Amino acid sequence: MIVSPKIEARGLSVAFKNVAALKGVDLSIAEGEFLVLLGPSGCGKSTLLNAIAGLLDLSAGEVWIGGRNVTWAEPKDRGLAMVFQSYALYPAMDVYGNLAFSLRVAGMKKPEIETRVARAAEMLSLTPLLRRRPSELSGGQRQRVAIGRSLVREVDVFLFDEPLSNLDAQLRAELRVEIKQLHLKLGNTTVYVTHDQVEALSLADRIAVMRGGVIQQLADPDTVYQRPANRFVASFLGSPPMNFVSGELVVDNGLPAFRSGATVMALPYAPASSGTQSGRRVTLGIRPEDVLVGEEAAGCDVRWDASVDLRESLGSETLLWSSLAGARIAIKTSARVAARIGDSLPAGFASNRVSLFDATTEERL
Amino acid sequence: MTALTARSAAFPSHAAGPLPWQATPARFGIYLFLALATAFFLLPIYIMTATALKTMPEIRGGSALLWPASPDLAAWAKAWSSACIGLDCTGIHVGFSNSVKIVVPSVLLAVALGAINGYCLSFWRFRGANAVFAIMLFGIFIPYQIFVFPMIGMSAFLGLYGTLPGVVLVHVVFALPIMTLMFRNYFATLPIEIFKAARVDGAGFWRIFWSVMLPMSMPIVVVAVIWQATASWNDYLLGVVFAGREHLPMTAQLNLLVSAEMGAHEYDVDMAATLQTALVPLLIYFVSGRWFARGIAAGAVKG
Repeated sequence: MIVSPKIEARGLSVAFKNVAALKGVDLSIAEGEFLVLLGPSGCGKSTLLNAIAGLLDLSAGEVWIGGRNVTWAEPKDRGLAMVFQSYALYPAMDVYGNLAFSLRVAGMKKPEIETRVARAAEMLSLTPLLRRRPSELSGGQRQRVAIGRSLVREVDVFLFDEPLSNLDAQLRAELRVEIKQLHLKLGNTTVYVTHDQVEALSLADRIAVMRGGVIQQLADPDTVYQRPANRFVASFLGSPPMNFVSGELVVDNGLPAFRSGATVMALPYAPASSGTQSGRRVTLGIRPEDVLVGEEAAGCDVRWDASVDLRESLGSETLLWSSLAGARIAIKTSARVAARIGDSLPAGFASNRVSLFDATTEERL
Repeated sequence: MTALTARSAAFPSHAAGPLPWQATPARFGIYLFLALATAFFLLPIYIMTATALKTMPEIRGGSALLWPASPDLAAWAKAWSSACIGLDCTGIHVGFSNSVKIVVPSVLLAVALGAINGYCLSFWRFRGANAVFAIMLFGIFIPYQIFVFPMIGMSAFLGLYGTLPGVVLVHVVFALPIMTLMFRNYFATLPIEIFKAARVDGAGFWRIFWSVMLPMSMPIVVVAVIWQATASWNDYLLGVVFAGREHLPMTAQLNLLVSAEMGAHEYDVDMAATLQTALVPLLIYFVSGRWFARGIAAGAVKG
């Protein structure tokens, strides 16, 4: 059975004053999917969202929603609702007015409006606040109203443009869970823009990591995190980001290996293609949590003695900074590891946890 | 815990330390300057008020600075309803009602059109919007006396020369650049996301303007109304040129009254009529000055 995508971007390009913000983006989003557009500011993720919403003019390409070419359709005719970073509530209307506005514009009958507003308010615990103005609400309440404004329209596509970025950390975590629950309950197709990797990893069915108006990788959160498609994706996700050591591929005792200066590491589980490409300049990447220390390092097939340059305590875990073949690396370890600055302790990683990137193209091997 | 209680008990219950010396010579100088400046600006108004309350013999005999021996409002009544302007001895109240007939529609129209222009230029940007705005801005800096002659030709062509609609139209045309500038700059400070949200919610050009943008623009509407009401009330040239004999505004009638060369000058009546003419803008400022200041502070007349 072929399921046609709910939202489809075909060769989308957008330019602002001759600067390309989107460069021929192709993207298809399945019915009911939660897709996160992730990237640093200026990567084109909000532009892509606005293009899907119909809030800006395309310089090339097509937008399809629900099997319909809506490239030139007005935002209201695309069957979608949108939540903005700055909430964008109508300040002169109370919460009820904000929720009811789109329904009034659509000419809906009053009893139906009241039912729908009451339902949305109930779902987001806004019922006691219906008569308040936006200025009398807290940030979290305002964003709830903004989400409610999307709910009442009962459309099947939700667009979120960094909805949690203006909130403090605790509220952000709370609302993140609420958004996830809403999605599980309603099953709307959702496109969610954020620069926050935690939001992306926790909410998404699939993540599209963007840079410079191009999608770098489109995959489920695990794949994006564990098998980044290129060095940019590897360094954008993770805190601290993936450790990189530059060197070259060599053959050591008939086995594929990685050499950086005097350090040679056998990588028997490294990507099969690498063994045949002796001499190729590459960057080796390893996640800080994949570097093990102390007794745990004994089971690793790549081992060395790491001296602790710096120790950062993060509460539940501890970061040790060390160096490997001249590159500074972070080691994320349990808070129980008693290592002090200047200590030397056994460290290692499993070679199948390694990512290898071509040194010039920065693409994954 | 005990240490903490002990310390807070030992703490004095009020902030201590020497108060700054307040009556410095510099401060005295500031107040002296402010008092002098106030007197300088209030003096003409005082002389006008005092003169308007005197009788003619008292004006001729005494100092202009003296308060009238027995203030009386006869000159005020005469200026309002029976002073002779040319051959017409009906006072300045005719000019007052003419001015109201000119100012009210020109304020309503100029503010409404300025708001729509500014809204359009900020949110519904079209190709060449910047050029249109630049041309409008340019219009602000050209003295409108330059356009008086061609405007006479145009309003005559439209059959509006010397009529009430004609003078209102001229006022609106000359007010549009500044009104547009005010509203455009104000709308530029509003978050564009509200506009986007309204579009996603299905509202169109007029719906967004009425239901979303206008309720958010009260500060700038107040500023624009005050600005345009004052400007068109105080206008003399456009009234004289375009209103025609029957619709001369109060300022034009006042000029005819005080500059009449026939007979003796009745300074008390002149002053009373002048004060009556100035009263409207004064009242506007007294009543709405607070909102005016607030509107300006809210970034209403930036740029």
